[in-house]
Amino acid sequence: MNDMSRVERAVEIKQTKMECRDCHVYYGDTHAIKNVNVDIEDKTVTAFIGPSGCGKSTFLRCLNRMNDTIAGARVEGSFMLDGEDIYDKRVDPVQLRAKVGMVFQKPNPFPKSIYDNVAYGPRIHGLARNRAEMDEIVEKALRRGAIWDEVKDRLDAPGTGLSGGQQQRLCIARAIATEPEVLLMDEPCSALDPIATAQVEELIDELRQNYSVVIVTHSMQQAARVSQKTAFFHLGQLVEFGETGQIFTNPEDPRTESYITGRIG
Amino acid sequence: MTDLTPDAAPGRRHGGSLLTLDARTRRRNRAEARFRAYGIGAILIGLLMLVVLVVTIVSRGTGAYTQTFVTLDVELLENKLDKKGTRDIEAIKKVSTFGYTPLINAAFETAAQKAGIETALKPKDQAAILSKSAAAQLRDYVLADPSRIGQTVSFRFLANSRVDGYLKGRVTRESIANDKSISAEQLDFVDQLIAAGMIRKTFNLDFILGSDASDQRPEAAGMGVSMVGSLFMMLVVLVLALPIGVAASIYLEEFAPKNWLTDVIEVNISNLAAVPSIVFGILGLAVFINYMHLPMSAPLVGGLVLTLMTLPTIIISTRASLKSVPPSIRDAALGVGASKMQAVFHHVLPLAAPGILTGTIIGLAQALGETAPLLLIGMVGFIASNPPDGIAAGLLSPNSAMPAQIYEWAKRADPAFYERAWGGIIILLVFLVTMNTLAVILRRRFERRW
Ligand SMILES: Nc1ncnc2c1ncn2[C@@H]1O[C@H](COP(=O)(O)OP(=O)(O)OP(=O)(O)O)[C@@H](O)[C@H]1O
Ligand SMILES: [Mg+2]
Repeated sequence: MNDMSRVERAVEIKQTKMECRDCHVYYGDTHAIKNVNVDIEDKTVTAFIGPSGCGKSTFLRCLNRMNDTIAGARVEGSFMLDGEDIYDKRVDPVQLRAKVGMVFQKPNPFPKSIYDNVAYGPRIHGLARNRAEMDEIVEKALRRGAIWDEVKDRLDAPGTGLSGGQQQRLCIARAIATEPEVLLMDEPCSALDPIATAQVEELIDELRQNYSVVIVTHSMQQAARVSQKTAFFHLGQLVEFGETGQIFTNPEDPRTESYITGRIG
Repeated sequence: MTDLTPDAAPGRRHGGSLLTLDARTRRRNRAEARFRAYGIGAILIGLLMLVVLVVTIVSRGTGAYTQTFVTLDVELLENKLDKKGTRDIEAIKKVSTFGYTPLINAAFETAAQKAGIETALKPKDQAAILSKSAAAQLRDYVLADPSRIGQTVSFRFLANSRVDGYLKGRVTRESIANDKSISAEQLDFVDQLIAAGMIRKTFNLDFILGSDASDQRPEAAGMGVSMVGSLFMMLVVLVLALPIGVAASIYLEEFAPKNWLTDVIEVNISNLAAVPSIVFGILGLAVFINYMHLPMSAPLVGGLVLTLMTLPTIIISTRASLKSVPPSIRDAALGVGASKMQAVFHHVLPLAAPGILTGTIIGLAQALGETAPLLLIGMVGFIASNPPDGIAAGLLSPNSAMPAQIYEWAKRADPAFYERAWGGIIILLVFLVTMNTLAVILRRRFERRW
């Protein structure tokens, strides 16, 4: 509506789901994100990589306005979801977060039962009309979170009693139970063993059929395995953004190359 | 290797054996041992003080829980109480307590004869070992059941405080040398009655449940009515301070923008917690009584004043327990699309609840033991002699409170009241310990790990 590029991109096969232009984020006086432009495509996995402290999480949190809850954080620029500005005054962040779900770096299940953890989102959004429907939603989410077999016999047990990796998969199940259109994942596998990681990566690949997924990761291999697009951040700036294959085999910027080959970060 | 010189070069560390301690390690170990000794010493001092406190209170206060009673058969003479024999209640009411004294005197005379007690005391002086409330007790009995007139009924009368003190060892023949209210002959008579099994010291429930009594009758004074006063005050505090305090803390902690105004509010709440309680008392006097014209000495006013006093405690502890809920829980709730309020009420508040309850109970316990503000709104010095009938009366009619009652007794001249003050302290402490234990249990029970 306000941008020529959208018209151009419409010609491509993949549609742009989120469009971020001239984005800046400040924490008080710290300029954490400097003039970032990124397009998140629909039905695509986008990976954010970069050294620690470069602003990946910060930028990710902008995409569902989780930065609103941080005192002193200020976000500038335009963030469009399906052509609508998510920072518009009329937008209720609660509705936005139902569409743009999030999985956090540290597993953070509610200190409630496994069932209630997953059922909470659907319940507050009124997605189930009765207990049977809710049971179905919960089972489906847990299955897709690759944790159903481990917890199906103890749905009433507290979610906090699971192992770290199980907790993270529970959190993923919780996030997808509300059927978001975009799923943001901040280092979802940092607490997982290789098997669970593989399961989550499989899950991400499956989610790609219907949603767009944005994943922050410190593992180059993971980024290469699961993503189609990769964005490399460095010191708050977006250094390079493009096809994952191209970023990993033929980076344009020397900084990207040094990072990927392990010389910075 | 064993003969480490004190000025061993720092570089020697690498070479030394693990089986010998170097000077630095030995010094550090000594410092640690010293610190432990200080710590244990501090704890022992604390424990010693606690033991002294408890032993003193128990040894001085338990006396108040037993009381000396005189068992006596009284003939309810018809010609004294109901001359016409009509059993007309109005006519019987005309006989004042004064009219009942001859019955008691007579009862002593008969009892002495029956038990074969030889005494030079006149019946009037024999009867003087009873509490001044004896005649009233008799009259109340007769008015409640006039059909008993003409019969002989066995009564249990309170002995007066001197006799009670004599049985408890507080009063001796030496100590009454200048005492006009009791004589050595009367004590002899008491001894004889004890031998005859007519005077007994037993547990006295009335001290816990009964009402306060005037200066002349320490033996009849009890904590009950002031306990009711305290309970009504606590009710007011709970009903007002808990919701107001929790609402204020939730707003400040979770919703309020962080700016200079909320900083000012925060600092002032902390300051409020440090304001001496008597200041709240004078505030209550000025605002609730002089301006709003609420009744003096009413538990409602006391409760309002104590609410002001308790609010900062509740707010501070509630905010602390809200703060201790990990932010990741809020993120989790917001992340699945819960509103701020849903995040707080569904997730944060349940996790903070044990802390809030503990803070509230501790705040209530503080308020329960508070005396100074009650001084200014007239709850101290009031003789709480009638239990309130109903909730409205409980809130609005003048009453005392437990600590005020204790202070009142401690102030009175008669040593018998002094004993009751200690006894009252035991009741107060039982309440406080119960509340604190409850707080600990609640915290243990609802504590959750995340
Ligand atoms: N709540 C905050 N308040 C102030 N500064 C913050 C806050 N969160 C992040 N920052 C700063 O913003 C910058 C970017 O942080 P961010 O968490 O986005 O990094 P990151 O790329 O996610 O790092 P990591 O890979 O270690 O998770 C850092 O310099 C950090 O110190
Ligand atoms: Mg991060």
